Amino acid sequence: MTTAPTTTPVEPRGRRDPRTIAIWTAVALVGAIAWAVLALSRGENVNAVWLIAAALGSYAIAYRFYARWIARRVLGVDDRRATPAERLNNDIDYQPTDRRVLFGHHFAAIAGAGPLVGPVLAAQMGYLPGTIWIIAGVIFAGAVQDMVTLFFSMRRDGKSLGQMAREEIGPIGGVAALVAVFSIMIILLAVLALVVVGALARSPWGTFSIAMTIPIAFLMGFYLRVIRPGRVLETTVIGVTLLLLAIVAGGWVDGSSWAEAFTLSPKTLVICLMIYGFFASVLPVWMLLAPRDYLSTFMKIGTIGLLAVGILITAPVLQNEAVTKFAGSGAGPVFAGSLFPFVFITIACGALSGFHSLIASGTTPKMIQKESQVRFIGYGAMLMESFVAVMAMAAASILDPGLYYAMNAPAGVLGATAQSAAEAVTNLGFTITPDALEVAAASVEESTLVARTGGAPTLAVGMSEIFSGFLGGASLKAFWYHFAIMFEALFILTTVDAGTRVGRFMLQDTIGNVWKPMRNVSWRPGVWAASAVVVGAWGYFLWTGVTNPLGGINQLFPLFGIANQLLAAVALTVCTTLLIKAGKVRYAWVTGVPLAWDAVVTLTASWQKVFSGDPKLGFFSQRERYANALDEGQVLAPAKSLDDMQAVVTNSTVDGILAGFFAILIVIVIADAIRVWYRVLAARRPVELHEAPYEESRIVAGSGLLPTAEEREQRQLVGAGVGRPGVGGDGMPVDDVPDDDAAGRR
Amino acid sequence: MTGGELRRGVRWLGWYLREVSGESAYDRYVAHARAEHPDAPVPSRREFERGRMDERDSRPESRCC
Repeated sequence: MTTAPTTTPVEPRGRRDPRTIAIWTAVALVGAIAWAVLALSRGENVNAVWLIAAALGSYAIAYRFYARWIARRVLGVDDRRATPAERLNNDIDYQPTDRRVLFGHHFAAIAGAGPLVGPVLAAQMGYLPGTIWIIAGVIFAGAVQDMVTLFFSMRRDGKSLGQMAREEIGPIGGVAALVAVFSIMIILLAVLALVVVGALARSPWGTFSIAMTIPIAFLMGFYLRVIRPGRVLETTVIGVTLLLLAIVAGGWVDGSSWAEAFTLSPKTLVICLMIYGFFASVLPVWMLLAPRDYLSTFMKIGTIGLLAVGILITAPVLQNEAVTKFAGSGAGPVFAGSLFPFVFITIACGALSGFHSLIASGTTPKMIQKESQVRFIGYGAMLMESFVAVMAMAAASILDPGLYYAMNAPAGVLGATAQSAAEAVTNLGFTITPDALEVAAASVEESTLVARTGGAPTLAVGMSEIFSGFLGGASLKAFWYHFAIMFEALFILTTVDAGTRVGRFMLQDTIGNVWKPMRNVSWRPGVWAASAVVVGAWGYFLWTGVTNPLGGINQLFPLFGIANQLLAAVALTVCTTLLIKAGKVRYAWVTGVPLAWDAVVTLTASWQKVFSGDPKLGFFSQRERYANALDEGQVLAPAKSLDDMQAVVTNSTVDGILAGFFAILIVIVIADAIRVWYRVLAARRPVELHEAPYEESRIVAGSGLLPTAEEREQRQLVGAGVGRPGVGGDGMPVDDVPDDDAAGRR
Repeated sequence: MTGGELRRGVRWLGWYLREVSGESAYDRYVAHARAEHPDAPVPSRREFERGRMDERDSRPESRCC
């Protein structure tokens, strides 16, 4: 360990430096011009690069000024204070980790399919509302939530969101938080699995490639366990090579007699996914979960990077309108409801995602070296996820709107053929010929693209358009399409594995409170039973999603959004409560305003889903309409039989009850917190905080991506003191380039 | 970009990948064990990696949406 007697906080220098001022003025100008182009262009084609410029310009300003202000003034980060990683270092979960390495871990944990799917669906409102929400939402709500939760959890030795809610708000808020976490997990897994089903149904190429990931993961797991323990990088290289081969081989299977065996109906896929999910969550992690995690992380980072490069090189033009008529009418086919509140519900991940608060109060706070790093890791990683969402919006918006609606409207609206789909699209007010639809499907070697809902196929078509524009041309379009499908399905399935495990542990823990044996996580019958319950729960929603004549994504995605925003409300409530308790009520708006916004959006959405008289929007009026018809023995389109009618009635009832239940949970958590706020503010004296005690830090480390001049200077001083310049605590390089001694050790 | 900078960049990337993938965990553990308990035997890489992986079995990690 490097000894640093006193590490004074780094004072900013050159704040008035003319060069710095000039650079930031330029960044602000680029962002402002990009926003102006996006907002003011009407009826002309806008280039996707403007979306990227608006996003990056805004992020830079927000990170430099707002995030820094929050870290210093609102949170009061203190680099002289030792973090739990330093105080409790046990080489297992508490471990001071280089900030850039931890950034990678944190980003891999928070970013998944959410920021890719939500924007694609929200493109039905036009590219502008979604983009504004993604960028403004992340700056003022999402990234703030992640950073503040991370900070407070770090000050409490890495306590989870549920524990903090119980300690700081009370048992009622705590229980509500726990229930919220569990229910969002179930809905999340069902919706994500539904996206995979939508992408793989009747696609032998996709199904074969994804099926191959299972033996590839087993092979990697075996290699890593038995042949070359711990050699993660070479194992990943082998795995990725085999994965690419599996995508290519999918094309061969597609054209061979095997194709039939891999052409699966949505219902069969649901059964397969449930069996897979069950085994993946009970098998030891080394066999399936860990190797898949390496693969999907690698694919995720690689593909996202490639997409960013692709958009910049090919500079595609947006075909989507800035704001479509569905924004006002609320009669869009992809999901029902008008712009407010449903854009803010549909795009959760990428703008404000409550789920992140679980990661920010999980492993990350136990590994931070320095308090000031919460800005880089918490705020910075969320900005990056937001950028992924902006790229997904761009990829969906470069498609011809006719194709977009032919792919994303429910099957019940579109019918089964290119002919019927083209007619349905015309009825929606857009145009595409049946020929054009068939050509589009043939170019990616799929039998059809009609009603391929869920967002993944749409994004894959957009990505194949971009990738083939600079890598391989039209001949590689089918490869890139299936590459994109593989990329999404791979990490969705990793989320399904991991999520089922997390749900299983939560369930075991909860039941364990009343019945002791259940708590033992290695007691086989308990593990199997808990896994079966979790798989059964998400499997139920997945099954209803696949069989619902009204369209699974159309019905379930709003519930997923509401659940995620509910969790965000819990996290923001905990953060606001902690700010008030810490005597910082004048800064409480930093999380209080996003909380108010989130509550208004989520409650309005739940209200409409429960009480709206429009059967397309309100679950109960939908139920009533179909139940009345069923009583009279009528069949209402898009249902085709009385069984379909019954399915609609049951699903609408369950979904309506869930939407109401989520709304009640939010109200309970917020009301319970307001009670605490009132008590604290009325007492007018400081409250006891559950923070871990202050201890002097002895680690020296930078705070952002690159070390500042002051940080370099400080390191020189410290390094000179111990005679080993350039090496920080635990042999980690303190410079931006690893020291020979530190990195070269074998 | 000079050759020196390029070399530094490549070396940084190599270091980063080893760290972020957890491949360097054993090296760090050995260094730590040698420094703290110089006389105690150090477990082999196989034993260490097995223990590290099995430990993950009882500590679920969330992956987000």
